[in-house]
Amino acid sequence: MQSLFLQGPSVTLRTILLVIASVVVMVADHRWQALETVRDAIESYVVYPLRYTINLPSQLVDWGDKSLSSRQQLLDDNRKLQEQQLRAQVSLQKLSVLENENDRLRKMLSAQPKVGELVLVAEILAIDLDPYKQQVILNKGRNKEVYIGQPIIDAWGVMGQVVHLGLFSSTALLISDPSHAIPVQVSRSGLRSTAFGTGNSQLLELRYIPHNADLEIGDVITTSGLGGRFPPNYPVGRITSIERAAGESFATVLAEPVAHLDRSREVLLVWHKMQVKDVVITKPVDDESRAVKK
Amino acid sequence: MRSQNCFRIVIPTLIIALMLGMWPLPDWLEYARPEWVVLVLMYWALAMPERIGVTMAWVVGLLLDVTQGAIIGQHALGLVLVVFVISTQYQRIRVFSLAQQALVVMLLLLVKQVMVLWVSGIVGQAPDIGLYFLPALTGAILWPWLFIVLRDLRRRFTVSSRF
Repeated sequence: MQSLFLQGPSVTLRTILLVIASVVVMVADHRWQALETVRDAIESYVVYPLRYTINLPSQLVDWGDKSLSSRQQLLDDNRKLQEQQLRAQVSLQKLSVLENENDRLRKMLSAQPKVGELVLVAEILAIDLDPYKQQVILNKGRNKEVYIGQPIIDAWGVMGQVVHLGLFSSTALLISDPSHAIPVQVSRSGLRSTAFGTGNSQLLELRYIPHNADLEIGDVITTSGLGGRFPPNYPVGRITSIERAAGESFATVLAEPVAHLDRSREVLLVWHKMQVKDVVITKPVDDESRAVKK
Repeated sequence: MRSQNCFRIVIPTLIIALMLGMWPLPDWLEYARPEWVVLVLMYWALAMPERIGVTMAWVVGLLLDVTQGAIIGQHALGLVLVVFVISTQYQRIRVFSLAQQALVVMLLLLVKQVMVLWVSGIVGQAPDIGLYFLPALTGAILWPWLFIVLRDLRRRFTVSSRF
């Protein structure tokens, strides 16, 4: 026989306990990052299969698109890519000369040689997260030795960093998220600053820049490498507006990210703390798609 | 009234709801996305409060936190409070008409969203408030349809003879 009413006090008691538990869990997660392993486990074994299923239709469409494209289209693509490859090859030739020269000069100055970087192509899964957060899910995780704090870039510039790990996937925070900040440098004048996300994928904000700073609209900002999380000299954005309000102690400087934050499908994960002292690396690493970059 | 029967239908609907919450939508629709998990859990809490209670809500909330990339515990807190209200008031809510229920649902969705917003505000990541409460409205609009679909599902699986 079922009772007509639920056990009143027990529901209240359980609710109070669970509310307290929620608060404890939130503090542990946010303040001490103590729950990354729990999140990792849930993400890997419960959530990832769901994400994979959701991503499947878009993957199928991609596949269908590829297998149904006409011969003419493939030929066109092929020609276009070969042209591009040729052009890239030409500029690479010049680059290698410059690099050798740079090496020689560095040796003459007995400066530290540049550190090598390793990159791996990852794909962004077609999954919507909280629209008020600038996050993406990548299809590479702990199984490819991705780590928390790892920078991700696309063909145009810095995109963000990995914040949560799963076994087969990872969550990356984009540089435009309001909780993200990246140390940057204006490449023309060397001025250092920090670019904060605004929540708008087309807008970054440079804070704490004095009124008399050497800064112009159109200046390119790159990573400064300070803080050690991002490798130096990757493009981040371009200055779009500078406002020097008389009453304020700092100028309001806005920049537009150069990476295609809301359009890129493929991104690169960068290992920049590899202790490879030699600048020229030719040995390919086990994974096919992992290429060595200088 | 077999319990394995009950979870045979509750778990799949919750999984589908979780997936609908991550399903890619066009940008303009994204801000109106109803909170499927909350809605489905509300229905089950209303239909069988003796089985789907606050503990279940908390566990589902933790899953929701991971899928949304939120702070762990954020959605769980909101869900616990929503299901608490339902488990204490279910007899009153059950006799409401669907339109009245939709209104209650909207209020509860607002409570949950305010809890989530509040936590985001405390950690300094408060989002733009502009369209933030739109999902509560879409959730209330969808409630009558969701209610009928889930009720039919429940009857087909003969989960509970009550209600």
